[in-house]
Amino acid sequence: MPAITREEVAHLALLSRLDLSEDELAHYAEQLDVILGSVARVSEAVQQLGQGQDIPPTSHALPLVNVTRPDVEQPCLDPADVLSQAPAAQDQRFRVPRILGED
Amino acid sequence: MSTSTVNLPSYEDALATYDPVMGLEVHVELGTVTKMFCGCPTAFGADPNTQTCPTCLGLPGALPVVNTKAIESAIRIGLALNCEIAEWCRFARKNYFYPDMPKNFQTSQYDEPIAFNGYLDIEAAGKTWRIEIERAHMEEDTGKSTHVGGATGRIHGAEYSLVDYNRAGIPLIEIVTKPITGTGEHAPEVARAYVAELRELIKALGVSEARMELGQMRCDANVSLRPIGREKFGTRSETKNVNSLRSVERAVTFEIRRHAAVLNAGDTVIQETRHFHENDGTTSPGRVKEEAEDYRYFPEPDLVPVAPARTWVDELRGTLPELPSVRRNRLQAEWGATDHDMQSIQNAGAVDLIVQTVSLGAPADQARKWWMGELARHANEQEAELGDLAITPAQVAELVTLTTAGTLNDKLARQVIVGVLAGEGSPKQVVAARGLAVVSDDGALLAAIDEAIAKFPDAADKVRGGNQGPAGQLIGAVMKTTRGQADAARVRELLLERLSG
Repeated sequence: MPAITREEVAHLALLSRLDLSEDELAHYAEQLDVILGSVARVSEAVQQLGQGQDIPPTSHALPLVNVTRPDVEQPCLDPADVLSQAPAAQDQRFRVPRILGED
Repeated sequence: MSTSTVNLPSYEDALATYDPVMGLEVHVELGTVTKMFCGCPTAFGADPNTQTCPTCLGLPGALPVVNTKAIESAIRIGLALNCEIAEWCRFARKNYFYPDMPKNFQTSQYDEPIAFNGYLDIEAAGKTWRIEIERAHMEEDTGKSTHVGGATGRIHGAEYSLVDYNRAGIPLIEIVTKPITGTGEHAPEVARAYVAELRELIKALGVSEARMELGQMRCDANVSLRPIGREKFGTRSETKNVNSLRSVERAVTFEIRRHAAVLNAGDTVIQETRHFHENDGTTSPGRVKEEAEDYRYFPEPDLVPVAPARTWVDELRGTLPELPSVRRNRLQAEWGATDHDMQSIQNAGAVDLIVQTVSLGAPADQARKWWMGELARHANEQEAELGDLAITPAQVAELVTLTTAGTLNDKLARQVIVGVLAGEGSPKQVVAARGLAVVSDDGALLAAIDEAIAKFPDAADKVRGGNQGPAGQLIGAVMKTTRGQADAARVRELLLERLSG
């Protein structure tokens, strides 16, 4: 049984707003299956290394905690610069297509 | 489209068949100087998009760094809610496509909240209820969208939207209750009292002004019904962004009736988000939750874990203020107020105003009398909050000083209040400008008394004959001549002296 189904890939594509053709869906499902299979093999290796002991998953490459900054104001960008990157702007705001009704 | 109330069972009928279960999610915007993950200011009301930077705009390569003060506030809130504080927790990405978050995800916390397993005791319907807290976690606020086009200016039917990212990234704490059961008919009242108590707590902690009308605190109310006696919960609806205490109560009441109507008809309640309408107290459906629940949370790779040292947590525990409920009990004892008085004072938002007025030298009974009497009446007339009236506790304290000194009687004091509220200055300034001081010059009073005696000789004769009843008529005449500025007690004294001679 594959680690990921074509239907799951279609669902993820929808959530990610990717318009994939039938061929692409099949193609990515196959590729993702290989990737997930490889990850599963890493998990097996971890289990063997831990000799039954639970090894917590790694979420960060560096063993750091508590990187914070003081609550002190920093300069902001000029709104003209901010909006210069926008496809459309109006009244110093980003103008975006209608939000509902895209489904 | 909102469901009309016409075909709904009455609240009493709904409660005769069903048992309500609630879950309340309250978002509090922290009053930090800067945003959660960048140094942009958080001031309210700035020009659009002037408080943004590459981080809160989600520009490629920008890296977030957590605001220490926001973590501190989150821990203090957690401690005040009797929560355990995580030894180690992470942020997570909540992925969704919506232009109010330019990153296409909201940085939040998922299964590792900073605070969890707490409770808040509240008072409602004459008893104490323990509201269990599931969790309090850190996240960031979204940008503000203005919907353009469409008949109502609402999101439905809009042609396009304009987005201001000043608010995007402002620290939020989301406080989630465990299912609240056993409240029965008191459910709406309990919901309101919980949000009110939480607001008091947040204000007492000084972590936010928690002004609901500014969106600094907002409540999502989950409601479900189950037939009385059944263990299993029904399907819930989630009414979003309810932004006043009164609306919380109304939204819960309406949803109880609406669910009852659906269940009575043999239909199933749809699990969905709903919008509350202030104008008629109804709710209408928002998006149906199914795909929307699929946020694909994963640990935020750009932020390292938060591991608050136990020494720091203990230190923060030491900074907790007197809790609002403890403080209320203390003040009630100090002021000699009844439970009912205290409830009225609390509901009127007058606790702090009275405390401040007393701290400025006014006796508590006087401070209470003016805030809860004449000033509450003005607030009611203006449909404003007591605290928003154009009079300060210092000015009320000054007014009290003037009345205790005899410079003002209550009637004049009421006129002085009108002057202060109209922006004519402090009570002393209004007294001077309007010439409102009590006439205590005996000469002037005696002249007015003689005038009154001449005007009502019969009354005067009766008083002379030992019947003090008609004295009131004469005193009234004097008060009239002096336009209410006479000290009535002194007038009575002088009058009786005059007529007994």
